[in-house]
Amino acid sequence: MNTQQQQSDTLVQITDLRFKRGSKVIFDGINMQIPRGKITTIMGPSGTGKTTLLKIIGGQLKPSTGSVQVDGLEVPKLRRRDLYTLRKRMGMLFQSGALLTDITVFDNVAFPLREHTDLPERLIRHLVLMRLQAVGLRGSRDLYPAELSGGMARRVALARALMLDPMMILYDEPFTGQDPISMGVLLELIKTVNAALNLTSLIVSHDLAEAMSISDYVVIISNGKVIAADSPKALRESESQWVQQFLNGLPDGPVPFQAAAPDYATDLFDFEQRS
Amino acid sequence: MIDFLARSGRRYLDALASLGRASAFLVQLLGALPSLFTRFSLVIKQLFSSGVMTLSIILVSGLFVGMVLALQGYNTLIGFGAEESLGIFVAKVLVRELGPVVTGLLFAGRAGSAMTAEIGLMKATEQLSGLEMMAVDPFKRVYAPRFIAGFFALPALAAMFSAIGVLGGHLVGVELLGVDAGAYWSQMQAAVEFREDVLSGLIKAVVFGFVVCWIAIFQGADCVPTSEGVSSATTRTVVYSCLMVLGLDFLLTAIMFSV
Ligand SMILES: Nc1ncnc2c1ncn2[C@@H]1O[C@H](COP(=O)(O)OP(=O)(O)O)[C@@H](O)[C@H]1O
Ligand SMILES: [Mg+2]
Repeated sequence: MNTQQQQSDTLVQITDLRFKRGSKVIFDGINMQIPRGKITTIMGPSGTGKTTLLKIIGGQLKPSTGSVQVDGLEVPKLRRRDLYTLRKRMGMLFQSGALLTDITVFDNVAFPLREHTDLPERLIRHLVLMRLQAVGLRGSRDLYPAELSGGMARRVALARALMLDPMMILYDEPFTGQDPISMGVLLELIKTVNAALNLTSLIVSHDLAEAMSISDYVVIISNGKVIAADSPKALRESESQWVQQFLNGLPDGPVPFQAAAPDYATDLFDFEQRS
Repeated sequence: MIDFLARSGRRYLDALASLGRASAFLVQLLGALPSLFTRFSLVIKQLFSSGVMTLSIILVSGLFVGMVLALQGYNTLIGFGAEESLGIFVAKVLVRELGPVVTGLLFAGRAGSAMTAEIGLMKATEQLSGLEMMAVDPFKRVYAPRFIAGFFALPALAAMFSAIGVLGGHLVGVELLGVDAGAYWSQMQAAVEFREDVLSGLIKAVVFGFVVCWIAIFQGADCVPTSEGVSSATTRTVVYSCLMVLGLDFLLTAIMFSV
């Protein structure tokens, strides 16, 4: 396989990425490649910086050092106009759905088209209803976001993200707080959408079973490092202690359950000594 | 003691940093204004929500303030046998001072706080990030329309405040206390100047509109995206706006009337 070929197989290429929030190091030199046309999940405990990573890929946050390439473009170095052009090709689903609360479901889904195109209203209506039909919410078009359940809001957000025919969709924790039925619907939806529209899907999640079941490729991050990256099958068979601890949900192991803190005993006694 | 110094030093630095962010924000906000020519409907919508929302409170307050001015003015002026000049007194006080100032304060409390809370909630619920990821600039879509709407609404509201105040003065002064209606209106017409009174009041209202909207929108956009963050940002909007309106009122009066 020549390098040209390899380039086009990888949609997102992250090299030696470092990122800090204040004095706290969130990413300490991570590398990963997100394959094109596949469903990739980035997994890690809460607070490891999964949302942060999506925002870095979307250009909302700038890394301290390192390179983030999306479809060959160096995101942190893009000028504003080029960044906006790139974002039109990326759909992002926020944890909460992030729908605009002052307009209806229909207007929310129509929003990207109305902002970025001059299509006639008749055509917009057509396109919106198609997307709403795809996520099963054509009947809810006149509701306001406040009248939707969490699962419905996320499906509307998916319809909205699909509006500009993106090449990639980023999902932030799509599975949290879903009941079993809407979970099933959502999993199915992510899979069919990815296949039918020839997308690349990038999911960040801490829901192990669901994420493993639909992903082609899984990246596990913890404490600012990538600890494993492989297909779900290969990961299950992995010998690595880190991976096994994560997959089996063991509280103790190489990945500490505690956030970095002073020694427990010192911490406890420190107070008594001071008082 | 050292602790105290360190803490006040930190506060001072925080205030400076936030002033810096507010200035950078203003530059970006002003830069986004030209884009409104193609989306005027957004401004109309905001004009409706911030202007109309504040209208009723402005009208009621204006009426009462005018009535109080007539009572107080009558009792003072009658000592000099000058109660016929009540119209001049009421109109000048309203147009020069109380119209813009009280409207500024009420606008900050009613529309300004609502703007901060709305933008803050949009931030906390990731709507602003969502817009950015859809390649829509919040400055053009969210902040600029609110800014322009508030900027135009405040002078209009101040004018209405003064107008209804003058009517309130008429109600008390003429109908209740028996000042001659002809004197009330004709003396007012003769004595109220365009440049000295109307224009100076208008300049104040325009400045207050600018400052209150800037503070309100910046506080919303800059807030910590949690419920406490939004609520303290809302409080800050009201406090800072009121202080700025009163401080700037003194400054503007000093500049316009002492030279
Ligand atoms: N706006 C912020 N300011 C400061 N720290 C933040 C902010 N947002 C997140 N963090 C910190 O960054 C870390 C990663 O956050 P996040 O990316 O939201 O994690 P995840 O999505 O994996 O749960 C967390 O430890 C959090 O405390
Ligand atoms: Mg998160």
